[in-house]
Amino acid sequence: MDYQERNRIEEVKKDWESNSLNKVLKKFSERKKTFVTGSNKEVNRLYDPLDLEKFDYIDDLGYPGEYPYTRGVQPTMYRGRLWTMRQYAGFGDAEESNKRYKYLLKNGQTGLSIAFDLPTQIGYDSSHPMAHGEVGKVGVAIDTLEDMEILFNGIPLDQVSTSMTINAPAAVLLAMYIAIAEKQGIPKTKLNGTIQNDILKEYIARGTYIFPPLPSMRLITDIFDYCSEELPKWNTISISGYHIREAGATAIQEIAFTLANGISYVTAATEKGLDIDIFAPRLSFFFNAHNDLFEEVAKFRAARRLWAKIMKERFGAKDAKSMMLRFHTQTAGCTLTAQQPDNNVVRVAIQALAAVLGGTQSLHTNSRDEALSLPSQKSVRIALRTQQIIAYESGVAETVDPMAGSYYLEKLTTEIEEGAMDYINQIDKLGGAPKAIERGFIQREIQNSAYKYQKDIENKERIIVGVNQFQSEEEPMKDLLKVNPEIEKRQVEKLSKVKEKRNEEEVQKNLNQLKEIAGSEHNVMPAILDCVRSYATLGEICDQLRAVFGEYKDSIKI
Amino acid sequence: MKNARIRVLVAKPGLDGHDRGAKVIARALRDAGMEVIYTGLRQTPEQIVETAIQEDVNVIGLSILSGAHMYLFPKIMELLTEKDAADILVIAGGIIPNEDIIELKKIGIKEIFTPGTDTNKIVEFIKENIKIA
Repeated sequence: MDYQERNRIEEVKKDWESNSLNKVLKKFSERKKTFVTGSNKEVNRLYDPLDLEKFDYIDDLGYPGEYPYTRGVQPTMYRGRLWTMRQYAGFGDAEESNKRYKYLLKNGQTGLSIAFDLPTQIGYDSSHPMAHGEVGKVGVAIDTLEDMEILFNGIPLDQVSTSMTINAPAAVLLAMYIAIAEKQGIPKTKLNGTIQNDILKEYIARGTYIFPPLPSMRLITDIFDYCSEELPKWNTISISGYHIREAGATAIQEIAFTLANGISYVTAATEKGLDIDIFAPRLSFFFNAHNDLFEEVAKFRAARRLWAKIMKERFGAKDAKSMMLRFHTQTAGCTLTAQQPDNNVVRVAIQALAAVLGGTQSLHTNSRDEALSLPSQKSVRIALRTQQIIAYESGVAETVDPMAGSYYLEKLTTEIEEGAMDYINQIDKLGGAPKAIERGFIQREIQNSAYKYQKDIENKERIIVGVNQFQSEEEPMKDLLKVNPEIEKRQVEKLSKVKEKRNEEEVQKNLNQLKEIAGSEHNVMPAILDCVRSYATLGEICDQLRAVFGEYKDSIKI
Repeated sequence: MKNARIRVLVAKPGLDGHDRGAKVIARALRDAGMEVIYTGLRQTPEQIVETAIQEDVNVIGLSILSGAHMYLFPKIMELLTEKDAADILVIAGGIIPNEDIIELKKIGIKEIFTPGTDTNKIVEFIKENIKIA
């Protein structure tokens, strides 16, 4: 903006303030003294070109598909191809989940997203004492390759992309996926999908860790290394802010802590000698879409810009694909209310809109009943339809990055980027994300935000419709999904049958070999593949690794 | 007993890692003047009951969002009776469907707070039900 233009705007603004604005303010005060975003950042009365004085279109935004990717990672974005509609699903046993996947695919879903139950996520077989009561509850129970065979029965793996929410035992589940592809006669190079494989956020926010950080990072870099050779289309990690946000972080904290974790993975891989431009193009991200529409759109754009700069400037990446932040989004589960649950459909629609306006590559929309139980089939359908309405009816997908240039949005984008960068600098000073986690810094920051959010609701500084205002008497919601309580028994029986059938000698040989390799410098992936092919159980495989790596114990501070 | 404070064990039974609610409530109870012990994640019913007895708490607050409450909560209640500690007030919170709430109250869980509950309501409930001289 040139000097003259700025003066002219400043003059008109002054006039507007003394004439129009002040007259109104004298008569009617505003609703609140200060207005804030969903993350407690103060919001001005209005934004104008004076807020974007340092804004440079080419440097700050540029064109989509080009550095710094603020406007999106593809030149045509949704005009070329809509985002992947990917509903996270899985419950009970493999048969039931297989049915739900086929139902979703039939209804126009375009990718699978597998939810595993907690014993699977923590590397326990369904027969383990710690698994009692948890089998098949928050996802599908997987003990051996046989369960995975049933899970993907009738689903050709070269025709779907599959995202698996699995972290500590990610290598094992990936190996099982590869083994089914072998059985279906599909070459590994055709496999398309993602494993979450993001252990750092498990220590921070999600809690399904098994091993201590150091060996966990080694497993992750082994996967990077293996996949860069064998599964070139596979996303080897989904660096996740979603759970960090769900634990109570603000938008800035979500971006900051996620990218700080990303920096740690890149550092670990390059220290191991991997070439950044070989593995970095397969890194992907996973973010939350919360209630504040503008702040969320700005957050996604800020994340893309910041990651591009980090990859280029800090790590010296050369390949454009290494600098592109591609991400999946899920609407914010923590915003769903148990009160008047149908209202959640509206919340989810606004959050999903934010994800689309922010340029997401894939999206999960939550179901209205998830503050009460696992979602029913009907609720899941409404959630999927919500995405389809945004895609086909709202018109927002017809042009690239439609909100760019909004004074407010661009200002927010810059503020979020700067705020996140401040945190990343602090974390660097502490020695990186693993050290900051060890010292409880990241956890403490999130807990403080979570507590403030709760207090704001209780003081009515933040209004949640149906919770602290506009309450109404209501009938309890009906037709909630119930997981069959017989599942656990059935799963344990199935497991013991598999154990009877398999070649025990071969299993033991493979398990011993894995233990040896885990204790060496060699890549564990081939040894894990041998184990799963011989129907060694997830628990047995993880026990071998536990024996070598040890187990992580959380040191709790509140 | 002068200045006696209510002692509360906030516990996460099972494999569930969602501890935002448990931590927020632990802090709110502490701010309300109670002594709060938080177990951390992945506690077995045995561990929870043992800690509750060792720490001589007045209240156990159980938090679970994984759907395993119908197995884990009754187990904890049984163990409390077995260990002669049934006088401890047990309350719970999380994603717990209505029909389960009815069942859980029958086995002695005094109150179940679902998402959206004001922490002051929980503080009041505890103070009403625990009288320390």
